[in-house]
Amino acid sequence: MLDKDKIAGFIGNKILRLLSLLIVVCFVSFMLIQYSPIDPVRAYIGEMPVSAEHKANLEEYWGVNTPPQEKFLNWAGDALKGNFGISLIYRMPVTDVIKERFTASLVLMAASWLFSGILGFILGIIAGMKKGTWIDKTIKIYCYVLAATPTFWLALILLMVFSVYLGWFPIGLSVPIGVTAENVTFLDWFLRLILPALTLSLLGVAQIALFTREKLIEVLSSDYVLFAKARGEKGLDLVLRHGIRNVALPAITLQFLGFSELFGGTVLVEQVFSYPGIGQAAVAAGLRSDVPLLLGIVIVSACFVFFGNAIADLIYQFVDPRIKQQEASI
Amino acid sequence: MGYMENMGNMGNMENMENMGNMENKTKTTAKEKKKTEALLKVENISLSFIQYASGLRQTELKVISNLSIEAHSGEILAVVGSSGSGKSLLAHAILGILPSNAKLDGKMEYNGQQLTPEKKEEIRGKEIALVPQSTNYLDPLMRISNQVIGCVEEKNEGLMKKVQRDIFQKYDLKPDVDRMFPHELSGGMTRRVLVSTAVMSSAKLIIADEPTPGLDEKTLNETLSYFKDMANRGCAVILITHDIEAALKISDKIAVFYAGTVLEVANVEDFKNNGENLRHPYTRALWNALPQNKFQAIKGHQPMQDEVIDGCIFYERCSKKNELCSKGIPQLKSVNGGVVRCNNVS
Ligand SMILES: Nc1ncnc2c1ncn2[C@@H]1O[C@H](COP(=O)(O)OP(=O)(O)OP(=O)(O)O)[C@@H](O)[C@H]1O
Ligand code: SF4
Ligand SMILES: [Mg+2]
Repeated sequence: MLDKDKIAGFIGNKILRLLSLLIVVCFVSFMLIQYSPIDPVRAYIGEMPVSAEHKANLEEYWGVNTPPQEKFLNWAGDALKGNFGISLIYRMPVTDVIKERFTASLVLMAASWLFSGILGFILGIIAGMKKGTWIDKTIKIYCYVLAATPTFWLALILLMVFSVYLGWFPIGLSVPIGVTAENVTFLDWFLRLILPALTLSLLGVAQIALFTREKLIEVLSSDYVLFAKARGEKGLDLVLRHGIRNVALPAITLQFLGFSELFGGTVLVEQVFSYPGIGQAAVAAGLRSDVPLLLGIVIVSACFVFFGNAIADLIYQFVDPRIKQQEASI
Repeated sequence: MGYMENMGNMGNMENMENMGNMENKTKTTAKEKKKTEALLKVENISLSFIQYASGLRQTELKVISNLSIEAHSGEILAVVGSSGSGKSLLAHAILGILPSNAKLDGKMEYNGQQLTPEKKEEIRGKEIALVPQSTNYLDPLMRISNQVIGCVEEKNEGLMKKVQRDIFQKYDLKPDVDRMFPHELSGGMTRRVLVSTAVMSSAKLIIADEPTPGLDEKTLNETLSYFKDMANRGCAVILITHDIEAALKISDKIAVFYAGTVLEVANVEDFKNNGENLRHPYTRALWNALPQNKFQAIKGHQPMQDEVIDGCIFYERCSKKNELCSKGIPQLKSVNGGVVRCNNVS
């Protein structure tokens, strides 16, 4: 009963927060774009030659001469109705572009999120268990090196080694040349996913592994592990019984908090591998002044990161029995 | 299945009025036991920590030196001493759960057998059980019954679960306690749960490391009675505590720790009256510091571990010191049924 009320309260609270966040984010992005030297008409017509009359029509259509407040309200009003406008560079509704692109990115992010999480956790547990040995040192050095590696640099290296030099994977472009999008096989698509996902995973491993290692060392030096040893528990059993149990929750929480870095990494990696995801669309929209799309992407990415944080919060408040108890007694 | 028959006389442990009776009873058993060999013998152990001081220079920090004690079946040996005197480390040394930078020398025997590190690993949790101090020693994310049962093979789990339930029943822990997490336990419940872990193991040597801090009078007496019961059932109990009064209520012998060594092992009777039968000046000082006695604390504090002391370790604070005392460590002497490390006792 109590839990139900609490969860309802939690969700209500989160929704309110999300709404206020979105309002602020939209407004700030809108203003930034408004005062940057972006010309939507130029963006739309590109290099096409157009008559002055046509141009005036377009200016009218894009509202170049309407005051910014009004423009924002117009846009916000439409957005509330689910209409985010037409993307200038893709010439289709922003919602469609985002749906397609975000799905592609989501697959990429989910794959690397899971892979880096699991691998990082395992490496962290091994390093923590073998603290001070060469295994631990190797894992630590690997993590430090990775933590200091720029994403795009690692992406380029992988691209050069595996695609250019070894030729195992295609270079860029999600769809093979000469094949229409509908005819892309699962394998084609999968092959294109591997390198970007690998790049993101390798980078994501560092943080979670180092964190898990620290946490496990802390747990292993705790009083309750000492007592478990005194009761005859030892070795791997002990780590599985007490270590994993106490490290998993904070590690999973951290992984959810990493959504913002994951998204940032995706933008760069998609660029290098020409992976047709939301990150690539964001860069294109920015470079080519596609305001409606840019705003749409800002909203989606804000929601995405917010979602990660909300889950981390949820775990913290509802899964950890200690916190659960504390709250109940207040 | 030793634990079952062991459970027999645990029925009325709240009943502290019986304490007087119990004391008399155990005194006789204690006397009989004198003739038998000690279950645990710790002879002249010393313990140091290897530390890396500035750069790669290694230093050794000696925290226990020349320490000897014996624990007999059916007896409670109280270990008292101020904070930092090495009480917990002794417990950890016996169990073989010292940190990896600890260096342990000396001899330990359990049941007539050499206690090697391998032997310790083999018998800890089975023959020797630790009863720790507080809820911190329970895994915060594991349900109580799982912890108390411990790591067992799957096929034994059902049986062990039943045993655990029986023990909890005897200690008046309701079925819903089984599924609780450690932070949900009250102080008294925590104590009973921790004691249950030792009963569960059917160990013959119980080491309780400060099992009584922060308890109200009733819970304190209750907890003490659990240990008394264990001794009555034939276990050897080592009760580590700050609380001399509590120790006096139930123990047979009292070992007084000071700066990593034992200054005196006295019998409980020696603490009767004004403590004139106590052998060591420090024990007397402790006795006088109690509220119901003169309530006089002695000045100073025990020496730091890095201080090098040639003579008697209590020299600085002793009121009876003479010249001899600062030259060489006093020998351990048997006096009047106890042992003492002081030049001025005969
Ligand atoms: N890992 C360690 N490295 C260095 N010194 C240590 C270590 N563990 C304990 N010591 C030192 O050894 C001394 C004895 O510690 P111990 O825990 O046995 O004291 P204690 O008698 O149990 O005290 P308390 O009553 O406070 O529990 C302390 O002074 C402590 O600083
Ligand atoms: S040996 Fe000397 S200094 Fe030490 S306790 Fe005895 S009398 Fe005091
Ligand atoms: Mg201690």
